Amino acid sequence: MSRPEEIAPPEIFYGDIEAKKYTANTRIQNIQSEMTDRALELLALGDDEAKFLLDIGCGSGLSGEILDEDGHYWVGVDVSPSMLEVAVEREVEGDLFLQDIGQGFGFRPGTFDGAISISVLQWLLNADSAAHSPAQRITRFFTTLHGCLRNPSRAVFQFYPSSDDQVHMLTTCAQRAGFGGGVVVDYPNSTKKRKMYLCLMVGHQEVPSGLTEGGMEVDDGSSSKVKNEKRRKARAMASKKMKGKKALGSVDKDWILKKKELYRQRKGVEQVPRDSKFTGRKRKTRF
Amino acid sequence: MVRLITHNMLTCHVKNCTKDNFPLVFENVELEVRPAEANLDFIKRFIPKLEWDALVQTARSIGEDSLPEQMPEDKATLESEEFLQKLHHVLMEIHVEEGQMKCRGCGHIYPISTGIPNMLLAEHEVGR
Repeated sequence: MSRPEEIAPPEIFYGDIEAKKYTANTRIQNIQSEMTDRALELLALGDDEAKFLLDIGCGSGLSGEILDEDGHYWVGVDVSPSMLEVAVEREVEGDLFLQDIGQGFGFRPGTFDGAISISVLQWLLNADSAAHSPAQRITRFFTTLHGCLRNPSRAVFQFYPSSDDQVHMLTTCAQRAGFGGGVVVDYPNSTKKRKMYLCLMVGHQEVPSGLTEGGMEVDDGSSSKVKNEKRRKARAMASKKMKGKKALGSVDKDWILKKKELYRQRKGVEQVPRDSKFTGRKRKTRF
Repeated sequence: MVRLITHNMLTCHVKNCTKDNFPLVFENVELEVRPAEANLDFIKRFIPKLEWDALVQTARSIGEDSLPEQMPEDKATLESEEFLQKLHHVLMEIHVEEGQMKCRGCGHIYPISTGIPNMLLAEHEVGR
């Protein structure tokens, strides 16, 4: 699949057609809501109190709706007017702003209790005009964001980097802006389910761990290695058993008779040996 | 859809605009009042974040003068349901649909159309 950020700048790519797609397509909606749920989990807002959150790249407000459901108040920013138009039509609860995040925010210090952003950050890595410098825009974005977040709080970005260099660049810029934290990878061994979250923290906090296929958290102690080894062995055993059964099941008398019948139809009765009580019998070992 | 709660948090983010960049002044506004469910706990927790003077000044400029000039000193009034309801109405239920916001410092105008303020800057106005 081609990367949308290489096709056109966001405000053009997310035009009327793409905006419509986002609301009509239930698959996109499902993926978006799943990622929003996970981002909220990583945000670790703790108690069930309503918070004031920032949704970066809110688009048509799909993730905003989930924030609404949880009773949070939110402000959404997006660079695509078409997507925002859809958000207004859908009557989402949050305040919407047409804003280029690479130009920075103008919110007062300590405004937000947290920030989420779904599939947005990769757009910042592209230079869409001669005046754009990704590094500069990212730095501006992170510094102003750091400024408007409360201490302690978190910002969680789900994003699709195209290389490790990009991840490195983002994390260094974030660190320079004063953030702590790092990258959380969910399902690192699956090509389809693998999702990356940049989990940034204001104030000192610990980085949460990613999800893995078995629903178990990855920890880099030796215990997990042993666990995996056991599971791998069990899987190997199971597949071996299956193979043995299949091999026995596939070349038996029934199978041979079936094949012979087939060749009789194709080549004629004369060409194929007739069936007897010895057909498909195992030979004694002395042969 | 600019509510006063968000407006109270918004400053001008034009390059080198550091003086008088808050609050942005509403001009030629069209308002819409949409009743919203009140979460008074949230409002109570939000009070310390508010710039009271700016809030009252802005509210008056758009013809809403139910709030007192000074933030009530004593805790009882501050946390009374009547006061919080009033605050909820001003912060959450008044939406600015059309008009513009102007920065007193640099004069930058942020137009608002169908409830969405346009915060985009020209390339030379972007801070570094």
